[in-house]
Amino acid sequence: MAMLEVNDIHTYYGNIHALQGVSLEVEEGEIVTLIGANGAGKTTTLRTISKLLTPRQGNILFEGEDIAQYAPHEMVFKGVAMVPEGRGVFARLTVAENLDMGAFSRDDTKGIKQDLERVFTLFPRLKERRSQVAGTLSGGEQQMLATGRALMAHPRLMLMDEPSMGLAPILVEDTFKTIKAINEEGTTILLVEQNATMAFSVADRGYVLQTGEIVLDDTAENLKANEMVQKAYLGIE
Amino acid sequence: MLQRFQNISFLDIALWALAAIIITVVIWGTIATIIDNPYNPQFWAETIVFGISQGSLYALIAIGYTLVYGVLFMINFAHGEFFMTGIITATIFLAQPMKETGFLDNYPIISLLAIAAVSILVSMAIALLTERVAYRPLRKAPRLVPLITAIGASFFWQYFFRGLYGSEVKPFPPFEILKGKFTIAGVPILKTHAVVIVSAVIMLIGLYLFVMKTKVGKSIRAVAENKDVAALMGINVDRAITITFAMGSAMAGIAGVLYALVFRQTHFFMGFIPGIKAFTAAVLGGIGSVPGAALGGFLLGMFESIGPALFLEGLGIPAPHQLKDVIAFTMLVLVLILRPQGILGERLAEEKA
Repeated sequence: MAMLEVNDIHTYYGNIHALQGVSLEVEEGEIVTLIGANGAGKTTTLRTISKLLTPRQGNILFEGEDIAQYAPHEMVFKGVAMVPEGRGVFARLTVAENLDMGAFSRDDTKGIKQDLERVFTLFPRLKERRSQVAGTLSGGEQQMLATGRALMAHPRLMLMDEPSMGLAPILVEDTFKTIKAINEEGTTILLVEQNATMAFSVADRGYVLQTGEIVLDDTAENLKANEMVQKAYLGIE
Repeated sequence: MLQRFQNISFLDIALWALAAIIITVVIWGTIATIIDNPYNPQFWAETIVFGISQGSLYALIAIGYTLVYGVLFMINFAHGEFFMTGIITATIFLAQPMKETGFLDNYPIISLLAIAAVSILVSMAIALLTERVAYRPLRKAPRLVPLITAIGASFFWQYFFRGLYGSEVKPFPPFEILKGKFTIAGVPILKTHAVVIVSAVIMLIGLYLFVMKTKVGKSIRAVAENKDVAALMGINVDRAITITFAMGSAMAGIAGVLYALVFRQTHFFMGFIPGIKAFTAAVLGGIGSVPGAALGGFLLGMFESIGPALFLEGLGIPAPHQLKDVIAFTMLVLVLILRPQGILGERLAEEKA
């Protein structure tokens, strides 16, 4: 049984049929990437999985359980955390307060403390800036904060929406190294990316999304070698 | 630099001219009053104390406007009614019977605490009911819709309570222990005013610490910034909004008790003017900001109290004290021209404007 099973979901924005039957699976321990152009429905897929959007058709199973019954804030309790598009840090809260909010769903003081140490080890920069207001951080630091905040929930599945967006190339590499490290410590990751090259460098498997439909799904190796993917997403003629 | 000047329109110039005229008149009036010197220092001292006391009432009510605006970007025009419902109920069912039986004079502190508790609970209950029934279903509607609903809710509660308790003024019994005054550094202070100011300051500091330091307070601030992301953190957004209304209306309930101590009367229409004034105070301080609401409240109270004697007397205006509302709303206009975001407010991002 896969950890996350998305079965033929159709999601609408008003009358716009944004997802037209998306199905995907994520096995425990994997990094799975979902690539596609702007407007293909990548963010919509993640927002549907995290229950911010409700599909009109299809269902989503997390650890075998249909999540239709849950409100968005209950998904964290189930073990799903998200690093939202554009990072979504709370700009007027301090770094420490942002991390506190990441652990909002928990009350095991000891575990929270351990995870805070883990986040500060992963991102020493956040420790230096813990009492700084998040709005004054650089883009790279905000990405660290958004990732660290999701880790504070101690999730089993982490949804990441374009972590590389708007970052300098050197920071993009660091970001993907971190993603790999987080995965190796046991967190399953569903990664939405436009930067297919980087996404394939860390992912086990991938899905290609085009105008609301999955058009390809394979291992990262095979996708990298696929002619269509090379042309459309890797810039190889 | 040139770019900056090109963006200035005739309207801006006209508004600045208006602001300049108002400020000139104020300064002129002040100088004239000072030269004339019609009042003794004791009068000024008392006026200032009254201003702070009045200001602390505005500050307490303004907190409710600012908190709700912070999380929902909605002006809750029914907030003045939350202020009225608590104290009018506590007056009829608690203060007046307790006065008749003599309990109020024998156990004044217990009585006052009981009155405060009932006032807070009723204000809260009305606020939560209004939020649940009238505002929550409209959460996703265009922003004008909840605004109009709030005005409707305001009228609804006014006339509902008029129907319930009648339209006559209900006297709030005086407390024997709060009669008289004491003197600090030569300034006589009415005991009632001291109670009002001290309780308001304690409540404001308490609320500020709650919002800044507690987990629930932080979650309210997170919801104010981004509801979707707050939900992703596991924060129940509806619950955070409910708590926000509860906090704001609790402050209004306290303000009702303090108002009754000073003015010794309650009636169904008593929430309207203080509500509008407190809204002005919230805008003055920067709506959305808790310290801003407190500062705006105190400033407004002070200006209203000192203003008539200081600015208007010297201009030879007859009966200047009846013009304190003019001063309050002129201040609002000035702030909106010169600093639209309010004294402590941040410039609103596009999405919030």
